[in-house]
Order: sequence, then C-alpha cells, then structure tokens
Amino acid sequence: MSIEIRDIGKRFGDFVALDGINLTIPTGELVALLGPSGCGKTTLLRIIAGMESADTGQVLFAGEEATHLHVRERQVGFVFQHYALFRHMTVFENVAFGLRVKPRRERPAEAEIRRRVMELLGLVQLDWLADRYPTQLSGGQRQRIALARALAVEPKVLLLDEPFGALDTQVRKELRRWLRRLHDEVHISSVFVTHDQEEALEVADRVVVMNRGRIEQIGTPDEVYSNPASPFVYRFLGDVNVFHSRLQGVWAEIGRPPSGGAAAASAGSGGAAAEGGIAAPVATDDDAALAFVRPHDIDIVRAPQAGALQATIQDVHAIGPSVRVELAHESELIEVELTRERAEILALRKGEQVWLSPRQVRVFAVPSGGEEFVSGSGI
Amino acid sequence: MSVAAARHVLPGFRLGMGYTILYLSLIVLLPLAAMVFKSTELTAAQFWAIASGERALASLRITFGASLLAAMINAVFGVLTAWVLVRYPFPGKRFVDALVDLPFALPTAVAGITLATLYAGNGWIGRYLEPLGVKVAFTPLGIVVALTFIGLPFVVRTLQPVIEDIEPELEEAAATLGATRWQTFARVLFPAMLPALLTGFTLALSRAIGEYGSVIFIAGNMPLISEITPLLIVSKLEQYDVAGATALAVVMLVISFVLLLAVNGLQWRLANSRRAGARA
Repeated sequence: MSIEIRDIGKRFGDFVALDGINLTIPTGELVALLGPSGCGKTTLLRIIAGMESADTGQVLFAGEEATHLHVRERQVGFVFQHYALFRHMTVFENVAFGLRVKPRRERPAEAEIRRRVMELLGLVQLDWLADRYPTQLSGGQRQRIALARALAVEPKVLLLDEPFGALDTQVRKELRRWLRRLHDEVHISSVFVTHDQEEALEVADRVVVMNRGRIEQIGTPDEVYSNPASPFVYRFLGDVNVFHSRLQGVWAEIGRPPSGGAAAASAGSGGAAAEGGIAAPVATDDDAALAFVRPHDIDIVRAPQAGALQATIQDVHAIGPSVRVELAHESELIEVELTRERAEILALRKGEQVWLSPRQVRVFAVPSGGEEFVSGSGI
Repeated sequence: MSVAAARHVLPGFRLGMGYTILYLSLIVLLPLAAMVFKSTELTAAQFWAIASGERALASLRITFGASLLAAMINAVFGVLTAWVLVRYPFPGKRFVDALVDLPFALPTAVAGITLATLYAGNGWIGRYLEPLGVKVAFTPLGIVVALTFIGLPFVVRTLQPVIEDIEPELEEAAATLGATRWQTFARVLFPAMLPALLTGFTLALSRAIGEYGSVIFIAGNMPLISEITPLLIVSKLEQYDVAGATALAVVMLVISFVLLLAVNGLQWRLANSRRAGARA
C-alpha cells in the first residue's frame, strides 16, 4: 500500500517539529527517514502510525484519507526502538497478541493462530524460542520477535522507529542485512527511522534526509551520497572537509587556479556548466562559498603539483582498514583518509610537509542575498 | 546450592545474616513466641472453648471478612488512583498525591471519630444515606469504611512505581496490533501491575486485620454483630483474663499467617511462571 504525506506540519509549543512535509512512498518500497536527533523524523513516523496527530496536512493510505483514522484501524505494524514486548507473555503469546485481540468473528481458530505464529517465528528464525519470555532473550532476538509480532496482523505498512538503535554494532549490522532480506521476501511498504547514515544507505531503497522539520533531500542511497543536494546532506552523510572561502577564492584555497589545466568543473543543479574552468553558477564572484571534500577523496603526494594544496601532517592514526591523517593548512584542519596500502607506500611522518590533491570537490555558493545554496562540483 | 559459599560482590554475608536473624528474633519472633507460650497456660480444651466460642467466632468472621472486603475495595480504587496520579497531569496533582499518605499519618482514633461523625445518622454523609436505608456508622459496614480508609495508601504507594515503569510504548504497541482500550488494559497493563497489586493488597489486608483504633469508634462494638477480635482481646485483658486474650491472639496470628502465606505463594507462583518460563 502506498503512503502519501501532504503538507504535514506539527508544533510542540514553540518548537516546530515538522514544517510542510510532502512525501510519497510507493507500494513495496523500503524508505529510510534519516536525520539528526530532533529533526522530526520520529514525529513524522508517529504521525503516519496515528500515534501523534498533525496540526496541518493529510496522510493518505493507498490514496484514501487516513489522517483521522485511529491507530487501531490504520493497519500499521510498528516496531519500537526498545522493543515494547509484553514482558508477562511468552514469545509465542507476544506474536499471537494481534490475532487474539481481533473481534470474535474475525479471530482465527486456535490451531490457525498456532500455525500462523509458528510460521512468523520461522520467518524471523526464532521458532525455537516460542516458550521463552522476552527477558530471557538478547536484544537482537527481542527486536526480531517485535517484528514478527508486528507482521502477525498482516499490516499494510510497516513502520520501524530506530529499530536497531539499542543494539551493539555487530548485531546491528547483522539485523540490517536480515531486515533487507526480509523486506525482499514479504515486500511490504516500510518506513524506518534512523540517525545512522550507514544503516540508511545500506538498507533502504530510498533515503529521505531530514533536518529541522524539513526534508533536505529524497533519493536513492547512491544519489544522496554522491550528489548531496545541500551542505547539510553533505555533512550528514559521512565525514567531510569544509573550506570556507570566497567563491572566487575557492579554487585557490583548495589549490586549483581558475585556469588550471586539471580543473574541470561542472555546475550542479541550478548552475551553468563551465568546461575547463570554475563552476560559476548564478552566484557572482566574491560571494561566500563552502567547498566540500570527502576525506577519502583527497590524495597525499610528496611533490607539488597543479591543483594541490600544501599542508603539514599533524597526526596519523590507523583505524581498521584505513589510515586517517590529520593535516593543517594554515589555520584549517583537514582530514584525509587513505587506504592502508597507500599509507604504507607514502610512509607519512608527523610534521612532514606534503601536498593534497583533491579528486572530487563540491562547492556550495552562499549568495550574499539569501540563504539558498547554489551548488557546483569539480571533479 | 550453598548460599554462603558463593562469592558475593559485597562482603559480610555471615555478619549481615546474623544481624538480620537477631534483629527479627528480638523484634518479631520473641514477642510472638512469648504470646504463644503464655497461651499454653490453658489446656487444649480451655483453649478450644475460648477460640470456638460464639462471640469469638463472630468477631473473627467480622474482622477477617471486613478486612478482605476493604482490601479488595482498595485494590480496585487503588489501581485507579495510582493510574491517575502517575499518568495524567492535572492542577493540584502534588496536593492529591500528598493526600494519599494522610491515612498513614493520622492517628487512627482521629480517623475513627471523624468517620463516625460523618457517617452517623445526623452526619454530613450519613444524613443522606440514612433515608436510603443505608446505615454505615455503628454497623459492620462502618468497619469496612474505616478499614478501607486506613488501607488506601498501601495499594496506591506500591503501584505507583510499577505504573511509572510501564512504558507508554506498550499501550501504543497494543493499539497498533488492533487491541481496544479495554483489551489493552486487561491483557497488557493489568498483568504488568498484578504482582505489585497483590503486594499492596496483602499490605492493606494485614493492616486492616490488625486495625483497632479507628474501628472501635465507628463499629458500635455490638457483640456478635460489629465487634472485632482485637477489641475482644482488649476487653478480655481489661477483665484480667490474660490467658484468654492470648488464646484469641494466637488464633488471629495463625489465620493471618496462613492468609499471608497463601497470598505470598500466589505471588511467588506468578513471578516464577514468568521468570522461569521454559528454562528446562
């Protein structure tokens, strides 16, 4: 079933939790609402579920008005961050709950309930825990039971509120893949809330990035990662080096003279492409600008070269498969991430002078008049 | 399993256990033992004659009957009160919350006199009940009212922290699964409260069984009708019939003990069935 959200707004006192949210979730898609805490993503999920009512706007399920439908009648499955399992019931009874509370004429027979519950427990691969109590289960198991419980009533929509938030990294990763596989199996329209960008990018068909009650960008994981629509999205999806500068100075700042042969920049949305030169979108020279470079999009070289920026190595940490180098360029701190192999070849030492050559840069101009960002990217 | 042999984080198991036993012996066991010992001055036949006397039996019936009824009333309304106090914000909430403790603090005699005055035929409440044919003061009903009054805080205070611990998400989860409000209460909330409710019920019941001060003012104390066992014991003592008084006390003690043991057993089974589940 598709979900359509039209112009939803919600305030808590003076705090604007949601501001004019429009979103369509097609049938069968797994969508992630991604954003920092307090961005309104959970509120939006709760409004979809009917646990919270919106001040303005509409929620439509399969094209039908559902804004004022009671939670009970919405046929949504909801999975909570802290599981919300019924502690005094066995795992079996937890999953059977939704079937047992049905009105008598809709309620399946005991044998049918048993069959359905065991089938669901099989789906979440925990049928051997049917007689246990929730307190005897690990966090990951509990969340899977919570999911089975939500699926028992055959909801039209599945909503998950930070489903893996309370679990440790290892279990989280496992459950992430498992959820993806499960979704491919049951194919139910699902929305899950997360503040973990990796989780959103890995699991979702589409990612909705939210900030301060507004949607910043909607797109596939690849789109939002490689083509962020705003500085916020850029910052939120992974580490990034930000250079504050004047638009004209951007290239100088990051070591690329406007006429430099290597510099080929193309403007992003709203800007005109400029071959072999600076991305000069609508904004004029000397407007404030922000240049974004991901740490892994920078290479370190020993010799000065066109488009490279000189910096001093301050620290070198090996973190798992990659090596993180902290460098200082004038007063600015720059982070660079190298592969282990590359780091070994370079054999970097603290205090060394090196040159940084960016592989991909994205520039967001701040026009002096307004807040709107105009973007351009250099490759 | 040997408890003492197991390693504990905190030292001093032996010392702690020793003090506990000594303390309980001095405070609880010794006086009770002395009482039982005193009652052995009577022969079995004498003991039986006192314990099964018409007046004694009637008083036991009224004591335990009224106490059970009062504890049940408190269980029902205690749940409601505790729920409202925890879940809903309303003006004057702190004041109402403090009000709950008053029956603890008020001298029971004061409570008894106040209730008797209120419920008497010419009292503020009694004057409206009397024409309806409901007599409260100086009847067994009055005893129930007094015992309900003094037992209220026990249920409310034991339930409050438990209700605070029930996450609102449980209700939301039940609602998304299609449960009505009533089903949510009966199947999710009430079972979560039940162990604490039993504890509160037990406390209110024990308190009611031992209550003396408030009851004697409102009960009317008519032998065979509204006379409670504690009063009978006191009146025996006033006649210097110490052995007779201890005999009645021992009977009360045994019944109370069996009653409490039964409730505790129920509670233990409840907790156990939940915890152990299918550990085998």
